[in-house]
Amino acid sequence: MLNTIATVILLLMGLSLIYVLYLTIKGRPVERRIVFLYIGFGVMLPLLMKMTPPLPITSDVQRLYDHIITLPPGSKVLCAFDYDPPSAPELHPMAVAFVKYAFKHNLKLIIMGLWPQGPQQANMAIAAALEDPAVALFPHEQGVDWVNLGFQSGNEFVILSMGSEFKRMFPRDTRLIPYDSIALLKNVVNFSNIDFIMNFGAGYPGTKEWVQIGVDRFKAKLGAGNTAVQATEVYPYLSSGQIVGLLGGMSGAAEFEKVLGEKGKATTFLLAQMFGHATVMAFVIIGNVAFLVLGRKKKDAAGNN
Amino acid sequence: MRREVPILITSIAGLVFAVSYFIPHNPFGKAESIFGDWVSIVQAFAIWLGVLNLLKVTLEKIFRKSEGWPFSYLIIISLVGTILVGFYDGFTGIYAIPQTSYSDPGTHFDWVYKYFYSALTSTMFSMLAFFVGSASYRAFRARNVQATLLLISGFLVMGGRVPLLDRISALFTDSPIFSNLANWIMNYPNAAGQRAILIGIALGIMSSSLRVILGIERSHIGGGN
Repeated sequence: MLNTIATVILLLMGLSLIYVLYLTIKGRPVERRIVFLYIGFGVMLPLLMKMTPPLPITSDVQRLYDHIITLPPGSKVLCAFDYDPPSAPELHPMAVAFVKYAFKHNLKLIIMGLWPQGPQQANMAIAAALEDPAVALFPHEQGVDWVNLGFQSGNEFVILSMGSEFKRMFPRDTRLIPYDSIALLKNVVNFSNIDFIMNFGAGYPGTKEWVQIGVDRFKAKLGAGNTAVQATEVYPYLSSGQIVGLLGGMSGAAEFEKVLGEKGKATTFLLAQMFGHATVMAFVIIGNVAFLVLGRKKKDAAGNN
Repeated sequence: MRREVPILITSIAGLVFAVSYFIPHNPFGKAESIFGDWVSIVQAFAIWLGVLNLLKVTLEKIFRKSEGWPFSYLIIISLVGTILVGFYDGFTGIYAIPQTSYSDPGTHFDWVYKYFYSALTSTMFSMLAFFVGSASYRAFRARNVQATLLLISGFLVMGGRVPLLDRISALFTDSPIFSNLANWIMNYPNAAGQRAILIGIALGIMSSSLRVILGIERSHIGGGN
């Protein structure tokens, strides 16, 4: 029922844009509050729809997937959560999908954050992953299958110090349990004992710093999940092979869910983003058509005078 | 001395980090680790400095009854409240069996984080979508060749990064033309441009770092000439 209502309203909104075009060409542009309404409905209504958009898997996501499936059970994965709630709609779904995959394949997660909010986001990702009964069946004991080392200030210098010894930067986990008493961290001294690093980053410090120090200096294998804005800055590292794969924005998250066979939030959010983009693109077209028509009218009027 | 000592510390620290990249062995490796720890400690103090500064500015606003001063009470209540909740959960967590963290799911701090901090910051950020929408209608114009090229590439990436234009092209072909095109734009023109920017930034950082290490650039220690 909601699905049908949402579809009908979106269709009517689409048709009403013709009237907006007419008004704009007439030199009577609509108020910004009307534009806000279109954007609001364009983003919210698709969340009620049950449509699954077709999604081809891009090479960036496929490369990451191809790498993580080579990690044998028991592999130690350092997961750096470097984002905050505003970036969570894009990064949280990919983090949840990654945590689900890790638990299902017995990958041992060592979580940390260069952003103060990161470890909290990690806790939320783990809780969301364990809500799935299929994931909760697999071992997920804290300290044995995963550990949250928390936040450490110092930005890229934290990575630099971790290169010699993790314990220097994280002497205790978030529960204040000493590093040496945590079963998962036995024999984990520095990056040489880590099989893979997965960074979910929304800015500074983030993927760039992990590449420049973790990868270039300490030869770690790195995968990245970034917001769409941040991803544009990371592409040079992808083509140079410094990162094994990239999940860029909501589409990257949705593709990652698809390639892992997980039905997560990114697929639903992608639909909202799709209609949001469609609305913005429609306004770009309307604005430019009106700009061209009004410009031509002005030229004609100037010619007649 | 007030100027010479900071310049000397900066020069030594800069030199140690530069040299230890090429010679990671001791004594440079050890010195780099020590300076790295110092950075963490100084930044941790900077966080507290920020908190204290926020308190000072907010309290001043209340005492001077500046415009919107009643809202300053909200800032103080939120700040002090969050800190107290975090400490309470932290202390009770130490004595819990098994030991828990202040940020674990289900704690009071987690509740504050989820239902206040997370909701408020996400709301602020989501406003951006509305302003982008309004700007797209009023400002994104194909006024010249460069603006037209930017508009077209932006249009293709926006439509290609979500399955929007592919849905339309699916009426004619099975191949996801637009997502491939968006990926091509991201992987080649975008990566090339970003790489050029990165190289430019790196060269700029190198030259300004050299000026700081050699003591030529002194603006970071303040105090005029």
